[in-house]
Amino acid sequence: MDMGSFLHQFVQQLINGVSLGSIYALIALGYTMIYGIIKLINFAHGDIYMLGAYFGFVATTMLGLSFLPALVFAMAAAAVAGIVIERVAYRPMRNAPRIAILITAIGVSFFLEYGMILIATPQPRTFPAVFDATVYNVAGLVINSQQIVILGSALVLMAALTYIVNHTKAGKAMRAVSFDMDAAQLMGINIDKVISMTFALGSSLAAAAGVLVSIYYNSIDPLMGMMPGMKAFVAAVLGGIGIIPGAMLGGIIMGVVEAMVSGFFSSTFRDAAAFGILILILLYKPSGLLGKNIREKV
Amino acid sequence: MNNIRKQDIMSLLGCFVLFAVMQLLIMFEIIGPFWELNIVLIGINIILSVSLNLINGYTGQFSIGHAGFLAVGAYTGAIITVKLGLPFELALIVGTLCAGLLGFLIGLPTLRLNGDYLAIATLGLGEIIRICILNIEYVGGASGLMGIPRETNFAWVFWVGIFVIFFIKNFINSAPGRSCLAIRENEIAAETMGIDTTKYKVMAFTIGAAFAGTAGVLFSHYFYIAHPASFTFMRSFDILTMVVLGGLGSMSGAITGAVLLTGISAFLAEYPEWRMVIYSITLIVLMLYRPQGLFGNKELSLKMFKLGGDNSGRTAEGK
Repeated sequence: MDMGSFLHQFVQQLINGVSLGSIYALIALGYTMIYGIIKLINFAHGDIYMLGAYFGFVATTMLGLSFLPALVFAMAAAAVAGIVIERVAYRPMRNAPRIAILITAIGVSFFLEYGMILIATPQPRTFPAVFDATVYNVAGLVINSQQIVILGSALVLMAALTYIVNHTKAGKAMRAVSFDMDAAQLMGINIDKVISMTFALGSSLAAAAGVLVSIYYNSIDPLMGMMPGMKAFVAAVLGGIGIIPGAMLGGIIMGVVEAMVSGFFSSTFRDAAAFGILILILLYKPSGLLGKNIREKV
Repeated sequence: MNNIRKQDIMSLLGCFVLFAVMQLLIMFEIIGPFWELNIVLIGINIILSVSLNLINGYTGQFSIGHAGFLAVGAYTGAIITVKLGLPFELALIVGTLCAGLLGFLIGLPTLRLNGDYLAIATLGLGEIIRICILNIEYVGGASGLMGIPRETNFAWVFWVGIFVIFFIKNFINSAPGRSCLAIRENEIAAETMGIDTTKYKVMAFTIGAAFAGTAGVLFSHYFYIAHPASFTFMRSFDILTMVVLGGLGSMSGAITGAVLLTGISAFLAEYPEWRMVIYSITLIVLMLYRPQGLFGNKELSLKMFKLGGDNSGRTAEGK
């Protein structure tokens, strides 16, 4: 491969990677926020993403909504689902051993996956094309209009989230609870409400990711959330779990690395690369790229 | 000391009786092929959950990559019998050793991590093992390694299972085992008392991985095939669930967990569409009402029931 075509291929994969990575980033944000607040690896988060895709499907096919209203519908419905899951499964466990909550999360994940199979059958469904896919050729690079929509929506959502977390009272409460739950409670913050809100925000972002991916790939199935969920989680760890900009950075890096590996080596090693990054980051900087080292006190 | 020996002999006798009864039931086909298959599966799952319990329950290191070692055992065992045409016994030994060796190599760097980070690392490594196998054409790649002879039967699973249970029980009662328990209780305190924490963590991890390999050999030689899809992280979750459900750090718990979950799966096999839904609800409800697991970290003991014979064996195959 000569230099020119290598560079061309590199930039093309970079474009694909960034748009895929923005999806991972959206899912990773939910993981990181929930972990930041209740220190739970919410294994069911990938399934919320699947749920979001199905809500989007219902909105576009049965309710006949167009792209934006369908996206909002899916996000709202998933937010409610997130709140309900937290209320029913996680809240009673708040003082239980961590591993028990983790098992509950795995249980919730199975429940959502197989519950959906029960309702919607395991067959993949075709997601309607809500807008035409135009392919642009810029200097020999192929850019799909859907990729632009994905990246654009992801950026807008991330900006909105950053605003909510950093500049609103609710966001301040979230940060306080994630910093020190007991102290926040003593300051008069309603912990339950903040946790519910975190789940709502995280779930709605995952649902948005679900809808965007379904538009891109045209297909949804009940088990679609397993792998992206896992990888988004890796992305969250990569950026430093509990840190919001870290999740965005981690997501983009994951997407780019995956695109590079499938572009230059073989797509079968794509998943291994994702987990390889995970192991490396855990061994050399377990607190993540943007994380700070915290010394353990005796 | 004498007392323990006597108890061990009693337990062994109990195992013989249990084995004889089960074997007769299978021979006279009172237990049909469906349940025979499930009993073998229960046995394999017991080996897995007991070995994972050594890592997670007794040593307190949160590992969720057990399916990776299971896969290594399943594939190396199959290579020995299918590709090299060597006997099954050798496959068992080599499968165990390979998984153990890999456990050692993986454990050495990763066990420096703790808590959630270790969990994620082991999860990732388990997946990496599976994806690597998926890409090796020699062992069939994505379509799996087929044509493995059925060498495993109830007797093999039973006695290997008993061996593993006794091995781990004795390990826990030995000096290194006690060090592992100390590490679980408080790693920093254990280190202060002069325990080489890395050494014992890696030791427990290696033993646990090795026995997962044993289970893998038994598994692939019962189901004729070793397929990468059988060793995903879902499988690791399955094993973890058995251990946590029974109670971390309880041998009887790990065994009961394996029996119970495999049993629930088997009972629900007739309702495939409801099976996983009911399974998951059971899981959530059990965790909500008994987060420490069915047994906590206690053992089913003779004093509790005055039954005599072996508890672990009894709970193992008696249900």
